[in-house]
Amino acid sequence: MLEVFTWLADWLIYGLAGLDPESKLGTSLHFFVEDTTKIFALLVVVIYVIALMRASLNLERVRHYIQQKPRLAGYGLGAGFGAITPFCSCSSIPLFLGFTSAGIPLGITMAFLFTSPIINEVAVIMLWSLLGWEFTLVYIAIGMAVGIGGGMILDVLKGERWLKDFAAKAYQQATSTSHGDEPAPEAPVLTLKDRHEFARDELKEIVGRIWKWVIIGVGLGAALHGFVPDGWFADNLGSGQWWNVPTAVFAGLPLYSNATGVIPVMESLILKGLPVGTTLAFCMSTVAASFPEFIMLKQVMQWRLLATIFVILLANFMIVGWLINLLSPWLFSGFH
Amino acid sequence: MKKIEVLGTGCKKCVNTAEQIQEVAGELGIEVEVQKVTDPAAIMSYQVMSTPGVAIDGKLVHSGSVPNRGKIESWLKA
Repeated sequence: MLEVFTWLADWLIYGLAGLDPESKLGTSLHFFVEDTTKIFALLVVVIYVIALMRASLNLERVRHYIQQKPRLAGYGLGAGFGAITPFCSCSSIPLFLGFTSAGIPLGITMAFLFTSPIINEVAVIMLWSLLGWEFTLVYIAIGMAVGIGGGMILDVLKGERWLKDFAAKAYQQATSTSHGDEPAPEAPVLTLKDRHEFARDELKEIVGRIWKWVIIGVGLGAALHGFVPDGWFADNLGSGQWWNVPTAVFAGLPLYSNATGVIPVMESLILKGLPVGTTLAFCMSTVAASFPEFIMLKQVMQWRLLATIFVILLANFMIVGWLINLLSPWLFSGFH
Repeated sequence: MKKIEVLGTGCKKCVNTAEQIQEVAGELGIEVEVQKVTDPAAIMSYQVMSTPGVAIDGKLVHSGSVPNRGKIESWLKA
């Protein structure tokens, strides 16, 4: 079904514009047209359908649900809800305080916040259409693992010691009174019309926010695709030296993008011979460790906690990169 | 005069919410005091997890989205 977009790009670029399929400009433009049209078409359909389904999901119910479960399951649930809950980074502080003041451990809250920017429906659609389902599943597993692992380490280190005073007090108050007997907040009763209105607003909001990223990301990916020779990375960087992965993580740090912008670039990097683990490490570092986010968290955390979180994240990305590079011959046998 | 607080850490939606309320109040000729609350501790005290939130005279009436016109009118007329 998705071949339609290849045909569209064939017709527009090689037919109407008359560009040579062998030329650099021709391949770049073809890539750009095919990917942008495909991604936007998929985004519109999938965002709308998912929003219809999650119209009745709210954070109060998510929080109540997590509170009821044993702590160990909490990390997985935190990361899982982080992935599926619609969430804008400007809400991270109220969300953080809402969870903390309900006595949810810091690590579980952070598992939610770590996973949230890495996995969302937009990232999944783009990965699926650009890199295939195997890669998408690996990406989701890694995003969850980074969130769960990061959260657990924070709790082992007793990170809650380094919260700002008012947040620490709220947490202590909540944990010293007993919890778990409160009734679950009621699910809002929604008619089909309500759901449609919610989904329509979500669609407008999300597409309005990310369309630039799609264009920039696919544009960069297209330029790489057409102008960098195949196998360039393997020839010039060597493949698989251990220091490639930390280099990729540090290179990604100052770049601040969301998953939407970086995924088309990933596709091109992999096609040009950058090892999959190195590429993923770069992507995660760009998406999940962003300075604006950290500055925001400063409102509720002491520097020490921020620094700890930062180091944990970087270490996680590197481990992911090395591990996937090591495993990629088995994971992606059908790739390339 | 009603005291309306818009709760949020400063994202675009919170600014929109405050503007919407001012606008509707202006059209209805109702005098209001709209205040943006960005202090995390204050937002926490209202138990708001998704911003923007709206509180009228110290009572939370809305959270999680930019409220629509009908809702704003009903708060102002109440």
